[in-house]
Amino acid sequence: MRAFLARNATQACILGILLATLAVFVAANPRTFLAAPIYLAFLSTIPFTAIIALGMTLVIIAGQIDLSFPSVMALSGLVFATILPATGSGALALVAALACGGLMGLGNGLLVAGIGVPAIIATLGADFFWRGLTMLASDGLARSLVAFRDSPVHALLVGRLFGVIPAQALWLAGIAALVWLLYHRHVFGDALRFVGDNPEAAAMTGVPVRRTKTLAFVLLGLLAAFSSCLVCMEMGTWWPTQGEGYLLLVFASVFAGGTSVFGGEGTVFGTLIGAVLIGIIEAGVVSSGFSGFWTRLIYGLVVLGSVSVYAVLLRSRRR
Amino acid sequence: MNSPAPFLRLSGIAKSFGGVTALAGVDFELAAGEIVGLIGDNGAGKSTLVKILSGVYAPDAGSLTLDGKPVDFRSYDVRRARALGIEAVHQDRCLGEKQPLWRNLFVGRHRAGRLGFIDIAREKTEAMTVLRDLVGLSGNGLSPEARVAGLSGGERQGLAIGRAMHFHARVVILDEPTTALSLREVERVLSFIADLKAQRRAAVFVSHTLSHVHAVADRFVILERGRVAAMRVKDNVDLSGLCSLVQAPGAA
Ligand SMILES: Nc1ncnc2c1ncn2[C@@H]1O[C@H](COP(=O)(O)OP(=O)(O)OP(=O)(O)O)[C@@H](O)[C@H]1O
Ligand SMILES: [Mg+2]
Repeated sequence: MRAFLARNATQACILGILLATLAVFVAANPRTFLAAPIYLAFLSTIPFTAIIALGMTLVIIAGQIDLSFPSVMALSGLVFATILPATGSGALALVAALACGGLMGLGNGLLVAGIGVPAIIATLGADFFWRGLTMLASDGLARSLVAFRDSPVHALLVGRLFGVIPAQALWLAGIAALVWLLYHRHVFGDALRFVGDNPEAAAMTGVPVRRTKTLAFVLLGLLAAFSSCLVCMEMGTWWPTQGEGYLLLVFASVFAGGTSVFGGEGTVFGTLIGAVLIGIIEAGVVSSGFSGFWTRLIYGLVVLGSVSVYAVLLRSRRR
Repeated sequence: MNSPAPFLRLSGIAKSFGGVTALAGVDFELAAGEIVGLIGDNGAGKSTLVKILSGVYAPDAGSLTLDGKPVDFRSYDVRRARALGIEAVHQDRCLGEKQPLWRNLFVGRHRAGRLGFIDIAREKTEAMTVLRDLVGLSGNGLSPEARVAGLSGGERQGLAIGRAMHFHARVVILDEPTTALSLREVERVLSFIADLKAQRRAAVFVSHTLSHVHAVADRFVILERGRVAAMRVKDNVDLSGLCSLVQAPGAA
């Protein structure tokens, strides 16, 4: 038990923080936090962030970063919200949106792994580019998808199982399991670790470094596009600034979850808990009687605090 | 000495990095059960030759034949080299610091099924064997789950060598495997190399410590500024002769 805890110190740490935060919220506002509705609300909103955060975890483990996913969400969401009304086919709209997200991820991968542009610059540029293209293509106008409230694609993506459990929570569970398997059990996950840990060593031991980096970006693109489709369906609308609010949430989830900012290691479980933590903070803060302006400040604090704590943890383990 | 015919032959290998010529037409041969000591000054091109042979770099010119068959450098890489039985322990140990030992042993060639999922239980068992039998590290309380970051320099070298030994390569290339090792650990590395010979496997041993090279190698190849400056069979040169040869290869 002790050895297990030692090996999973970061996971234990983040879980402790989540439980402590929850305890504070329950104490401050028992009526809200001891009843089911708020938790069902969390199950419907947290998956949007968490699904992207899972993809981001893999990218960061590979020693990379992707700042373009908000625009990937916007453009692939626009594709979804354009094709769905035009053809009436949910399957076609979903596939097109995913293809769009995957291609944008591939673009990042080619810039970073192929040409050798540092990821932070390449994806920042890509973010501006895709956001601009989205604005041009949409004329800056929102698209309503209210007409598809009762469509099969709505039920599939964001329906309520037994009338209560949001389907997106099940999607999240499935995707998390898949990402966990990839990271812990698959050669791709192993390649990600070594590419982020020591790229020269990875190359000299036969790890396909460029392909691994590229695939990580593609996977994140796919997940961002999928999350965007979920958001479109849940909200019943696509809007041109879609995705912008997720930048902070996703990075806060990943770093609060204990994934190393330096690459080479991370935890899928931690990211999941991190996303839950970030997801409940807003509701908790507002329902405890503070203004919504506080949440940003607290998110910032969570990111800085967790990154610092984990850096200290890492240093003590090295010795 | 009636040495067997070489099964591996590099010829005319050239490589430059930008304006720097690292290798300017090197010929190199290796026979089964032969240990070749590759020696020369800093920057002579030893590591570059090692990296070309092990598939890390592609040469600008030159060819490789294995068992008389030409190997195409255009499709030659680390995986291909390993598949052909050529294994290297590089000068910069090539380990993932934050990763557990067992992942480091199998990186780039995991025991995985067709879908790419790793047989973790099997790899950990094998890793235990390597740590115990090949590296002798299990006595230090190291488990396959331990991370490289916590290993001493000697333990890291042991791990890198164990990795090369575990896959039954025909050729093991060791680039400065004895630097920064204690006497006891040097003995262990040299006995590894002797074992290779006993198993009729071949080795290339790069080192600046000529006494180590002289103790185990059958033949010495001296590189100087990207060229083979001299070559000696062990019977024809003693340790002091080797030293003067390295200091002034042209004069010999
Ligand atoms: N990746 C590289 N990029 C640029 N130059 C390189 C690279 N690798 C080697 N060189 C150059 O090629 C020459 C030969 O280097 P190499 O590492 O092969 O020497 P070496 O014989 O192994 O030396 P040492 O004994 O110091 O390890 C040197 O001048 C070195 O600077
Ligand atoms: Mg060298």
